[in-house]
Amino acid sequence: MVFATNPISAPEIVWWALLPLIFLTVSALLLLTVSSLLKRAVSWLSPAVSLTAGVFVLVSSIPMWNKIQDDGAVAFLNGSVGIDGSTIFLTSLIAIALIATSILARPYLQREEIPDSEFYVLLLLSAAGAAVMVAANDLIVLFLGIEILSIAVYVLVALHLRKIESQEGALKYFLLGAFSSAFLLYGIALVYGAVGTTNLFAIKNYLASAVLVEDGMLMIGFALMMVGLGFKIAAFPFHAWTPDAYQGAPTPVVIWMAAGVKVAGFAALIRVFPLTFASYVDEWQIPIAVLSGLTVVFGSVVAVVQSNVKRMLAYSSIAHAGFILIGVQSANKDGVASVLFYLGVYTFLAAGSFAVVTVIGGDGDSNHDIDAYKGLAQRKPLLAALFTILLLGQAGIPFTGGFVAKLGVISSAVDTQYYFLAGVAMLSAAIAAYVYLRILLAMYVEIDNQQIEGINVPKGVWVVTGFASIVVIVTGFIPGPIVDITRDAIPTLVSG
Amino acid sequence: MTVTTTWYLSLAAVLFSIGTVGLLVRRNPLIMFMCIELMLNAVNITFVSIGSHLNDLGGQLAVFFVLVVAAAEVVVGLALVVAIMRRRARTNADDLNILGG
Repeated sequence: MVFATNPISAPEIVWWALLPLIFLTVSALLLLTVSSLLKRAVSWLSPAVSLTAGVFVLVSSIPMWNKIQDDGAVAFLNGSVGIDGSTIFLTSLIAIALIATSILARPYLQREEIPDSEFYVLLLLSAAGAAVMVAANDLIVLFLGIEILSIAVYVLVALHLRKIESQEGALKYFLLGAFSSAFLLYGIALVYGAVGTTNLFAIKNYLASAVLVEDGMLMIGFALMMVGLGFKIAAFPFHAWTPDAYQGAPTPVVIWMAAGVKVAGFAALIRVFPLTFASYVDEWQIPIAVLSGLTVVFGSVVAVVQSNVKRMLAYSSIAHAGFILIGVQSANKDGVASVLFYLGVYTFLAAGSFAVVTVIGGDGDSNHDIDAYKGLAQRKPLLAALFTILLLGQAGIPFTGGFVAKLGVISSAVDTQYYFLAGVAMLSAAIAAYVYLRILLAMYVEIDNQQIEGINVPKGVWVVTGFASIVVIVTGFIPGPIVDITRDAIPTLVSG
Repeated sequence: MTVTTTWYLSLAAVLFSIGTVGLLVRRNPLIMFMCIELMLNAVNITFVSIGSHLNDLGGQLAVFFVLVVAAAEVVVGLALVVAIMRRRARTNADDLNILGG
């Protein structure tokens, strides 16, 4: 397992590989200490610390990436933490989600009069949990990462103290999240019982070499872990918390949940199923394929009948999770690369789209009906144009990053000869396109000049939506470089 | 009659099922927390009994991590209930009906 057999010898630690984690935790703890010692609140301090940590993580990932590409993946702490290409790729996505959330949260928190230092401390801690998850090489470490991430997010969802919906969404998210954690943990315990270790590398080798006579315990373990992780990524039928938590949560938190939390959840799923349980692919491939098919259909169809844009985007995020699951079920290198590409594009799509929602939500963060978007093109033509690009990207229109991402996962289903699944996914993509079209049509509806009220668009929203739109277009026209990076970022397991 | 590891594992499975059913059936958030605790402790029994069966310290040590996580979860959960209780007299999962889902 994780622990040294000789209790005196300390395990080896590769410090440079832990840099992102150190940046995130140290900045969170520093911010917590300093902001509670200050006599008067300094409004720029918390966002500045959070942004700095995000930028540091992003910058540190470049030399780490080069080193990993040259020397190969490393595992340390007795093999409980492993750093490979996927770890660094996904950590930088988490850093991007953290930066986007930090930028958008500042004007939002000021407008809604939410105390800001707690928000950023919890956000940084949650990002640290995500960084643990993407580096986990042991099931217990994976579980701890999920919990560090989730517990902070439960509080973040409840942070809009004047809105009862916020606490209600948080309690629902908390109950189902803790429920799913128990399932995941029981699954881990049963896999440990069947295999005798929780180290991913050791499990993989054991399953590849030994034939289990009685594998009932292992199968139940697989199923329970699938349920637990299914809740975290909001796959149907484990999605019930998603719309309520998204609708109740402060909108910047939704950006973090849609972009950061989802990336970490899929990182866990990739490390566990296609990587560790590779030799049992026949057992888990069909259940995940079924889950992915149901999730895309359910997310797309239910999104159509919503009238609240936040709920609409929540269901569309369920549909996106289904698409990404299609890449996971293929269980081959191309499939995993398409998952990484999809996660990369989706981080930008989610951050940019929900950035617009923070603006339209207005005072009290409650103005999320689709009618609130009417005439946006008259009131703020540039914002409407950027939102159009992002919605077209979410719909997967050609020449956007969303198209390349959807094409990648669907072709991975074709590669594994799940033609029916590929067909269902394409049909659902067409249904989901109608959802985005509804928002688009509302934006370009002409309204009376009397009804036009000024909208105050903070600078941060321009930065995030602008940057996200550029990325969505660039990855649509020249996806090559990013596809190459995702192919180099295929996760591998190494021993400690 | 000797008590083998299977007995402990069966006990854990029964406790886990009671917790699962309880969480789905009961509507009081406090009872629902208790059910989650029951599920987590069922997992702890599983870890300990498998650890001692395999003579592996890892199983025993995992329990400490789970205990810490369970404690942290309860802190957050109770804080959420308090935050909601301030607004409303009753706290029942069925009364949480402002959001549609």
